[in-house]
Amino acid sequence: MARTIAIFLAALAGCYGLNWFLAEFIEVVYVDYLNLIGIAIILAVSLNVVNGLTGQFSLGHAGFMAVGAFVASPISIWLTYGEFESGPLAHASLLHFGLALLACGVGAALVGVVVGAPALRLKGDYLAIATLGFGEITRIMLQSQDILGGPTGLKRIPKMPQLPGTAGWDGGTSTFWIFLVVAVLVILTVRLQRSTFGRALIAIRENELAAETMGIRSSRMKVMAFVYGAFFAGIAGALFAHYQHSVRPDDFTAVRSIGVVVMLVLGGLGSVTGAITGAVFVTLLPIMLRPVEESLASSGTPITGLSMIVYALLLIAFMIFRPQGIFGQRELSLKLLRSWVPSAVRGKGGKP
Amino acid sequence: MAEADITSQLLQYSANGLAKGSTYALMAVGYTLVYGVLQLINFAHAEVYMLGSHFAYYQARWAGYLPEDSAGKPESVPIGLALGFVAVAMIACSLVGMLIERIAYRPLRNAGRLAPLITAIGVSLLLQYGGQAVFGTEPKLFPTFMETEVYELGPIKFPNTNVLIVLTTVVLMTALTLFVTKTRPGAAMRACSHDMKTARLMGINVNATISLTFGIGSAMAAVAGVLVAMDQPAITPLMGVQIGLKAFVAAVVGGIGSIPGAALGGLILGVSESVVGGLWETSYAEAVAFVFLIVVLLFKPSGLLGKATREKV
Repeated sequence: MARTIAIFLAALAGCYGLNWFLAEFIEVVYVDYLNLIGIAIILAVSLNVVNGLTGQFSLGHAGFMAVGAFVASPISIWLTYGEFESGPLAHASLLHFGLALLACGVGAALVGVVVGAPALRLKGDYLAIATLGFGEITRIMLQSQDILGGPTGLKRIPKMPQLPGTAGWDGGTSTFWIFLVVAVLVILTVRLQRSTFGRALIAIRENELAAETMGIRSSRMKVMAFVYGAFFAGIAGALFAHYQHSVRPDDFTAVRSIGVVVMLVLGGLGSVTGAITGAVFVTLLPIMLRPVEESLASSGTPITGLSMIVYALLLIAFMIFRPQGIFGQRELSLKLLRSWVPSAVRGKGGKP
Repeated sequence: MAEADITSQLLQYSANGLAKGSTYALMAVGYTLVYGVLQLINFAHAEVYMLGSHFAYYQARWAGYLPEDSAGKPESVPIGLALGFVAVAMIACSLVGMLIERIAYRPLRNAGRLAPLITAIGVSLLLQYGGQAVFGTEPKLFPTFMETEVYELGPIKFPNTNVLIVLTTVVLMTALTLFVTKTRPGAAMRACSHDMKTARLMGINVNATISLTFGIGSAMAAVAGVLVAMDQPAITPLMGVQIGLKAFVAAVVGGIGSIPGAALGGLILGVSESVVGGLWETSYAEAVAFVFLIVVLLFKPSGLLGKATREKV
């Protein structure tokens, strides 16, 4: 337990240091990429618990993101400004931001129970398509809620709270908050994988019937894994909304859910480091290809969407030559992880 | 009076929905055939549909029935020529569908279920953005293949395009059902979907059969693409995304793997979308398909006309 707290404090300091470094030395554009990667990591690692660890194919992650964003944003706006009028942006206070994050996580988790309990009776592609349906219904319903801004969504979502000594930072404190959540999520997930609960999830993935005969209550475990994923997807949605300062229902289409699954499969389904690698890869690749597109456009042969075309081609080629993903089910360099992470994470306490 | 109004409105929206549902059904058949044989959600199918309408568009353009700039008004194409365009589009789409299978799915046939799903997403993205690069992003006016007339039957109005859509669908679906149930290649398709290993042992050329499945599904998608394009005059490279998702939902609702199921699912979705959108709120129409999907899956996971499979221990 003491170890976990130490790691958490180190993560806290690390995120602060990272944000300071970025604010001082790095151009805002690159900071933007890093923040988007952070949000992608939260999505991928949390979905990995459902899709990778438990083997339940969910395609509804964007739906939970939407729930999180549209629960947290009004709360945050209301607490910070006391009104829903347009005006200059302000920083949310620490308390208000914390409340908004908690509310959105809990809201998304509750939706996770309501959706998961019936849907997880389905298997394989049927579950996938049902969760996809949930995501789309959520998006379409949000579009017709006038109180939440309808199709144009919410604007003037406050900035993430200030920390001591951050007043002069241009890019704000988004990186700190996003990567703090990343750190918490990764620590929790790695511990979860090694807990009785995590083992139960893996047993369900390998053979649900056998797991049940061993006394694992599989429907309950599956719903719990689903809720875990939903909770963090909700948080990711809230962070996304606060980071962009505005949010529309159309930010959360099925394409985004599919994108998260692509990250997982690319990295290696069932591996935390794989999920992280996939998230970095899928977020960065189109961005990296954009300069090529622009230089082609300026040299007279513009190809619209070249970056996405190359991305799609790489995706196909990658899957054909390495269908199990970058890491398969293993973690990044087993030896390294054996010597580093477990000894550090393996505290004396019980469950996280 | 108000009651009669509601009834006639309901009938009118149902009639409109019948046409919409027919296009869903044509698309759903492609999903259901491929899923029946390979257990693969062929995400690229929606883009084949998009290609179908574009192939027809470019033929009409090269034949001189469209002005060079996309803003001009298209001329109408004589019916014989239009049929020719559709036939060529069908053949081209079949080839594209078979090519997709050959390149993106066949190398992964023994690699589990997930990898081909991701390549399907990849192909779908490739065709969407490739389509934008080749065809351009602006919506294009589709040539008129027939003059619009409106028939009236009591209080209900039928535009002749809708009649054409429904008739074409009925004909094609009947032909497909006959093909699958009465011919030898159709029997091979059924055998593969039942048990691919045993089918191979019985001397069925599995690869050829799978290619055939993709070819037929893609040809149907091409027809759906042309029919929809005739009805809603503009086409874009992203036109497949929404209808693709809904057509797959229709296939699942009807019972995936079943051709009558695809037809039923498509019609149910089309009619209910049209009625909900007309009588209630337009934006809710988009959600109807998914509500149906979840309700059907919860009570009959194998779909309305699907066969329940028992898990073997």
